[in-house]
Formats: sequence, structure tokens, C-alpha cells
Amino acid sequence: MLEIKNLHARIAEDETEILRGINLTVNAGEVHAIMGPNGSGKSTLSYILAGKDDYEVTEGEILFNGENMLDMEPDERAAAGMFLAFQYPIEIPGVATMEFLKTAMNAQRKARGEDTLSIPDFMKRVKEAAAHLNVSMDMLKRPLNVGFSGGEKKRAEILQMSLLEPKLCVLDETDSGLDIDALRIVSEGVNKLRGPDRAMVVITHYQRLLDHIVPDVVHVLSKGQIVKTGDKDLALELEKNGYADIINAAA
Amino acid sequence: MNANAPIRNTQAESELIERYEAAKGSLAGSVAVSALRDAAIGQIRDKGLPHRRVEEYKYSDLRAFMNSAAPLAEKANLDAAKAAVAAADTFGDLDRFRIVIANGAFAGDLSDTEALAAEGVTVSSITAALDTEDATLLLASPKTGPNDGVVAMNTAFVQGGIILSVKAGVDVSKPVEIVHVATSAGGQVVRNTVKVGEGANIRLLETFVGESGTGEINAVFDYTVEDKANLAATRLITGKADAARLFTTIATLGAEAEFKSLGFVAGPKFVRNQQFVNFTGEHSEAKIYGVSMAGGSDLADQTLIVDHAVPHCNSREFFKTVLDGEARGVYQGRINVAPHAQKTDGEMMTQALLLSETAEMANKPELEIFADDVICAHGATSGQMDEDLLFYLRARGIPEAEAKTLLVLAFLSEAIEEYGEEDVTEGLEQRVREWLADH
Repeated sequence: MLEIKNLHARIAEDETEILRGINLTVNAGEVHAIMGPNGSGKSTLSYILAGKDDYEVTEGEILFNGENMLDMEPDERAAAGMFLAFQYPIEIPGVATMEFLKTAMNAQRKARGEDTLSIPDFMKRVKEAAAHLNVSMDMLKRPLNVGFSGGEKKRAEILQMSLLEPKLCVLDETDSGLDIDALRIVSEGVNKLRGPDRAMVVITHYQRLLDHIVPDVVHVLSKGQIVKTGDKDLALELEKNGYADIINAAA
Repeated sequence: MNANAPIRNTQAESELIERYEAAKGSLAGSVAVSALRDAAIGQIRDKGLPHRRVEEYKYSDLRAFMNSAAPLAEKANLDAAKAAVAAADTFGDLDRFRIVIANGAFAGDLSDTEALAAEGVTVSSITAALDTEDATLLLASPKTGPNDGVVAMNTAFVQGGIILSVKAGVDVSKPVEIVHVATSAGGQVVRNTVKVGEGANIRLLETFVGESGTGEINAVFDYTVEDKANLAATRLITGKADAARLFTTIATLGAEAEFKSLGFVAGPKFVRNQQFVNFTGEHSEAKIYGVSMAGGSDLADQTLIVDHAVPHCNSREFFKTVLDGEARGVYQGRINVAPHAQKTDGEMMTQALLLSETAEMANKPELEIFADDVICAHGATSGQMDEDLLFYLRARGIPEAEAKTLLVLAFLSEAIEEYGEEDVTEGLEQRVREWLADH
């Protein structure tokens, strides 16, 4: 589903190199975790996948279902099935959450040549998904993410993810700012979306999230490169010993 | 050089003077009114059209903009007026009364005069009233803008308009649209006087449709909101127009009165929407909103002076401007608080969103406070579209143009929603979408 080949990227503005040759293949049905210390390039990778133009790819390629993802606009990527759950979901005053959800869902459907949703169908989908994630109708009436608590913002991200039904879900530190109950709700929401046709990349600092969303593969990212790959036990090892050993061994 | 010496008139000024000479005989007015008209054209002859050296017009140089002045529009063809009103989609299906002013003159036959009379609202033509002796009151200048050039142009050329009066205690059941329709080219100069009687309540929609060609539109709305009365006025200034669009509001509020207005500007090349609001009774409130969109080399000017001459009144001014291309936005807002106008609460905010590098916004909020126990605040911001917001929307599959529309709407809706006249909200937002689709 996702093939990243020798990806090098830098910050467009000051040319600081962040990613230094990432290779990563994620197949449909798999959940990959990417762990790593602060500044290793985890969030940069997620932004590049989503198409943020603050970054410049200097080398390498990204294929998404065989297509060159770097040639696609952010909205084209989304319509093709890419979804990024933001680490810091943005507050958008003046845009009602419901209106936003409808616009996004219908824009993607339109881009894929599908019919737009009828209002009752749309409402039904939203209500169902919201109930699972403990998102109240009151929250949905407010402007997007405005005045939401940290936990509410993350739940709203997963709500969007369930409604948009992406093929590739990239979760950027979805566990940050969550208490234990919220972490459980969010994880259940994510697990519900696991399936043979969908792939997930879960970016996190902590092993804690991976108790709830159990990954098939764990990668350690350091200084813009994947320095170690293993199964879910690698996360436990990191939790116990920290990153230092692995990073030093790789250096 | 003597600063008081008459200036050399521009082509437009000369044409206005010629226009006046030609029209003088047919313009309505008693002896006193004719004298006012003479004085007004004299002001234009001696001082010229308002220009950048006149402080109030520093950013909106009408003199430089107006290359010529077309003759006044001829009397309208009423069939054409009727058709144009029917074809114009000003506020969609909104249930409303309608008053038609065609080529500057009240068209009673096309207006819901009888239905309004049944509600307790009388509407008559200002033209006949101008022939009476005390008619000069109908052409009074704003207290805080006695020498305003745009008002002088209006006074000189007023063709017609309405006198609308809401009987005390009447709550008018539906909005009243005053639709100004141009059925042929030429200047259209209107004066509308609205009196809202004690405890009465009315919502006005002021719209302008049809093509006036190279003729300017100059409309003055003189509102008197008596004690405990309530007036909401939505002014829709839209559509492409090459000639100047000049609007003046004079609002005089009694005690415990409420006045609310929203000036919506999108389309014409040169718009001046100026408002003079005066508190004359205590415990009253004025809420003035503005939403402007300008692209190309258009100019959208929203100017107001709110005069707190008495204590215990509140005013709120909230203006939003979206600019593209090489457009210029102007906001000049002044709150005056007289020495004894204690417990005044005034809050003014102007915000601009610039969609291009070459657009320009002149924000000039001013407070002139002579009382010592008041709450007054003002703020001004100008910024570009937030790239992070845009990216977030695009990352959810919303194409760039649509995402921009959402964000511009969100920016402008803050003012539209705070204005709170829910039955016009959708119509206004639709105008925003149309403007964006065009730019």
C-alpha cells in the first residue's frame, strides 16, 4: 500500500535536513509503529505523507498504491485514501464541525466520482461514529475543534477518520495529551478500523499506546533514518532500556 | 496661494454643475430647499468633490475616481422596473414587504403600500414633501459631518425617495425591502427618511439592482429611532458597477432605543458606505456591522462616526474586510464620547483578510473621549490566510478553492452571525460564495 524509498527531506524555509534516507513498506492489513526520540523526524514524515509544503523532498519517492504520492495535492491524497490524525488538531473558528464533516466527506466522494451523501445518510453515519467515540452532539455543533479539550480534539480526529474511511491511516502521537480513559476510547476507535484492506502507521513516543493498538511491526527512527525494525516486543524493549542502546548500536 | 480660493473644477465637477443647471427646474423643492440645493452645488463648485486632502476622504479619493458625471437618470419605465425587481435575486424567497424606488423616485404602484398601511407603516414620496416650507429638515446634514461632500452631492440632486413612518408600538411582521432599481443609465440620487415611532420595531433591507451605467448612485438614509424603538437595517451593495456607489446613514436614537445595521459590500468599483450615529437619549444601543469584499482595483470604504452625546449608551462596531488583487479596503471608525456622557460602553473592532500581496487595507479606528467613567476599546488587525488552517482542510480532502471559501466565509460570518438577523444570514453567505467564485 505504502512504499517509501530512500526518502530525503528538508525544511523548505531554512533547508535543515530532517529525513535522511527512509525506507519503509507498509502492506494492506498491517499496523506499523514508528517510535523514536524527539527530533528524530517522526512528525516530519507524517506531514510529508499528508502533503504539507513546509517540507521539500530532495531525494527518493513515495508510492501510494503504486502511484507517485509526491505528485498529488493534499486533497488528492486524502481522496485517494490517505488520512493523517494530527498531533495538534487545528481549531477553525467559524467552521461548524458538522458542516466541515459534510464538506470533507462529499469532497472526497466527488473526487472519487461517487454520489454525494444525502443528509439523512450523513447524519446516520455521524451519529453512529460519534456514539462509539463518546463524542456528543453538542461538540459537533461547535466550530471545529474550538474550545475542545485535548482529549476531545483527539476523539474528533478519530471520528473524522472513521467517517472518511481512509485506506492508510497515519496517527501522529495520537496518545499525547490523553488520560487513561480517553486513551482507551481512542484506541478502541482505531482498532475498530483495523481491517485487511487498511494499513496504519502509528507514530508515538511511548509504548503505552501500543498496549492498546498492538502493532505488527515496530520501527525505530533516529536522525531521519530507520535504525531498527522488529515486532511488538521491540517496543517493550525500548520502554525498558530507552532509545540510547539501539541508537548507539546503529551509529 | 490662498487655500480658500475656489479650485479648478475637474471634468466631473464641471459636469455636475452643468447637470445641476439643466435639472434645476425639474428638481423638486420649496424656496428654502432650492437654496439648500444651490448651497450644496456651490460647495462642490468651490471645494470640489471630496478628495484625499479632506481628512475623511484621505483613503477614498472620490475626486480622483470620478472622471465624469452622467446626467441624472430619466423617469423610470415602470414595466421595466417591475421586471428588473422580479428578476433580481436580492434575498431569495424571504417573505417580505417591498417598496420600490425606480430611477431615484418612489414607485408607489410597485410597492406594498397598502399592506404596510395595514401594519401601521405609512410610506409616501419625499418629492411632494420637498415642496413644503419646513422641508429643509428632510435634507438635514449629519450633525457630525455637516460639510460632508457626498451628502452635499445628494442634497443638490435628490430626485426622490420615501418618507416611511412606523406608528408607535407597531411590530412590523415582516422585513421591509426598499429596493432601488435603475431601469436606465444616469445618476440616481435618493433620500429616504425613516421614522420608527416609540416602542415600534422594524427590519429594513436596502437593496440596489439594475444598471446605472456611468451614473453614480447616491443614497442617504435618515433614520430616527424614537424611545424604546428598534431598527435593524441590512444594506446590500453588490453587483459590478463602474460608477461610484455612495451611501450615507444618519441615525438618531432616542432613549432605550436599539439600532442595528449591517453594510454588505461586494462588487462595485468604488463604494463609500458612511454612517453617522447619534445618541440623544440614555440607555440606548447601536450595533454597527460591516462586511466588505473587494477585488481587482476596487475600493470598499466603510466609515462611521458614533456620537455618544448622552450617558449610559452602548455601541459596538464590528467590521470585516476581504481583499484580493489590488483592491483597497478602508475602515474609518470614530467613537466620540462627550464630557458628560458617563458610563458609555463602546467597542470597536476591524479585521481584514488579505488574499493577495498587492491588496491594501487602511484601518483607522479612533476614540475621542472626554468623559472619565467609560469603557471604550478598539482594535484593528490585517492578516493573510492561515496556511495551517488551509492545510488541515485540504488534508481532509477539501480542494484548495473550496477550503479557501470555507475560511473566508468563516472569517466574514463572525460579523454576519453577531449581527444576528437570521433570516438574511443565508442570503449574505450566498453572496460571499458568489463573490469568491468570481475572484
